[in-house]
Amino acid sequence: MSGSREAILGAIRSTHLQGEHPRPAVPLFDQAAPADLKALFQKSLERMGGKMLLTDVADPMAPVRQAIVKPGPVVSCVPEFEGDMKITPHTKPTDIAPVEYAVLRAAFGVAETGSLCFTEKQLHVNTTGFLPQHLIVLLDPAQIVYNLHNAYQRPEWLQAHYAVFQSGPSATADIEGVLVHGAQGVRSLSVLFQP
Amino acid sequence: MTAELHEELTDPHGEQLDHGAASSRPLKSRISEPQPRGAKIRGNRPVDQSEAANRFMAATEHEAMHDARLWDLRQKRDKEMHGIEEWEELRNLASGIKEHTLSKLDYYLELFEKNATANGIKVHWAKDGAEHNAIVLEILRSRGVERLIKSKSMLTEECGFREFMAHNNVEVIETDLGERIQQLDDEAPSHVVVPAVHKLRTDVASVFAKTIGSDPDNADAHYLTECQREATRPLILSAQAGMTGGNFVVAETGTFVVCTNESNADLSANTPPLHIASIGIEKLIPGLNELPVFIRLLSRSALGSPITQYTSHFRGPREGGEMHVVLVDNGRSERLGMEKFWPGLKCIRCGACMNTCPVFRRSGGLSYGATYAGPIGLIIDPTFNVHKYRNLPYSSTMNGSCTNVCPVKINIHEQIADWRKTLAGEGEISPVKKVMMKAAGEVLASPVVYRASLPLGRSALRHLPHFMLYNKLNTWGRKRDIPETPKQTFNEWYRRNRKSQGEGENS
Repeated sequence: MSGSREAILGAIRSTHLQGEHPRPAVPLFDQAAPADLKALFQKSLERMGGKMLLTDVADPMAPVRQAIVKPGPVVSCVPEFEGDMKITPHTKPTDIAPVEYAVLRAAFGVAETGSLCFTEKQLHVNTTGFLPQHLIVLLDPAQIVYNLHNAYQRPEWLQAHYAVFQSGPSATADIEGVLVHGAQGVRSLSVLFQP
Repeated sequence: MTAELHEELTDPHGEQLDHGAASSRPLKSRISEPQPRGAKIRGNRPVDQSEAANRFMAATEHEAMHDARLWDLRQKRDKEMHGIEEWEELRNLASGIKEHTLSKLDYYLELFEKNATANGIKVHWAKDGAEHNAIVLEILRSRGVERLIKSKSMLTEECGFREFMAHNNVEVIETDLGERIQQLDDEAPSHVVVPAVHKLRTDVASVFAKTIGSDPDNADAHYLTECQREATRPLILSAQAGMTGGNFVVAETGTFVVCTNESNADLSANTPPLHIASIGIEKLIPGLNELPVFIRLLSRSALGSPITQYTSHFRGPREGGEMHVVLVDNGRSERLGMEKFWPGLKCIRCGACMNTCPVFRRSGGLSYGATYAGPIGLIIDPTFNVHKYRNLPYSSTMNGSCTNVCPVKINIHEQIADWRKTLAGEGEISPVKKVMMKAAGEVLASPVVYRASLPLGRSALRHLPHFMLYNKLNTWGRKRDIPETPKQTFNEWYRRNRKSQGEGENS
């Protein structure tokens, strides 16, 4: 309500914090970045409960096919792999609910935390990141940045309306600290390095 | 509900998973025991934290599990800290960024409003909880919403949001597991990050058996989590609106950021056509350069994991969707004007101060009888109601550990001391404390009276422990052994030893 807007801003303007509070400059903290970000990414991903799929040079999509072991609809948001459910401009967010596997490509990865970035551009319908039971993700190793400071220098943040870092599958430890995958979102997350 | 589990839920080696938010070692409770309940709320009367803490400590299995789980989180936090060379620099930066933003809060709020509005977000302003609830209800009513799914938000707890919506016939479904447990048990969250940490698995089994039809004899955490997933999913799919909080708000891009481990914020925001985010005005930060400082500190401080499983950034509605942000003051602008207490606004709600606090770990978050428990609660709660929460600043050992672990360097223990002074100055002090402090003041004011009192004090320590030691001033002293009292005072010892030695040398 507009009256409250003015009241809140007015109350803030009537306060004056003592001392100077300049805006600090934040370094990138990336001097120690290793040359091989793939290894660090994999280590961090596994710490967060994600799995790496082994690449197959002769048949690049074989690891994806092999990772699909359960019956149920597969939706693909990547041209490299054919799913059996199509996303169209009419697909509603809830239509993704019966999906067993979604195959996605990450915009980029973060080695420090094993995170994968998805925006609406990669997800097509935002719920493909969360409503399927399992995710299989293609990641171009050239699109791995070292740490979160580097990650927030990327252009996606000014392009997308929605962007998410997924770091492993959905998880909870709310009952006696016992970690359970698949609290509400995906039960497993597998990553394949694929340029 | 079937006891069959998806195989992902059980570790193939039969061992407990130990990454992410997990405890670093299995902490299974051994026995079932009735759950101790929180502080008794009697209108505006001062909350008696020590009374509720006594009942929590009497439930020994609950106390032991709570203490072990939270101390383990503290140790996991330390391990993460040691893995990052620039940790202290990050804390300094986080503190400096928050102080800078708070010093120009009006500017950054308007900047956020401008950028968010340009991206299609409708921004609302609420001066208090009641206005927040009214704004949200109006949005929901005008769109015919009967069911709202939401992720965890301490702000909506402040606003009494769920109770308000229940009275107005809107069904609110919490989607964070811990928060859902608490909602189904009609209890407030006891901790800002792990809302049901005061409950044993058997408590959860009994709540779920009564409310979502799980097997009352199955207290396996995997089974209980799966039951909740299966029960909540149809509600997520049929809700007409979703609600989230906001951990960080980036003014320069008009983005708000939500951190969860379960992806429940993403589900709440992306599944229904309408997304409403309730955000406290202190959550602002300037830009994207500052954001990673906080993302790197938050989950490491909270759970000892490098990052939350999901870090979600909302900058505008999706195609065909609708997005609202309600910026809520609810006492924050007033706190900003409090010379000693404004730094509490730097808080990012990580809960590290709770995990490290010996009082919190042994008394449970519900014993505080307030939205915010633990050390941060002691300094925030009295700003909401100085009379009702006047006892809370005494629920501290003043060991300073909270200040040492705080990722944004809030001087928590100093503020606790300042609250004690302020409360005494405002006459907000219980009659028992008043009598004891007056007596102590008279004794400490005179060296002669002080010396004369010491042998009495020693005697009192030995013979009157319940009067002098285990009173309301000293809640944390319960179940701790007081060090054995010396047989003589230092003054007596000095006179006997040094003086006689000195006399010996002279002679």
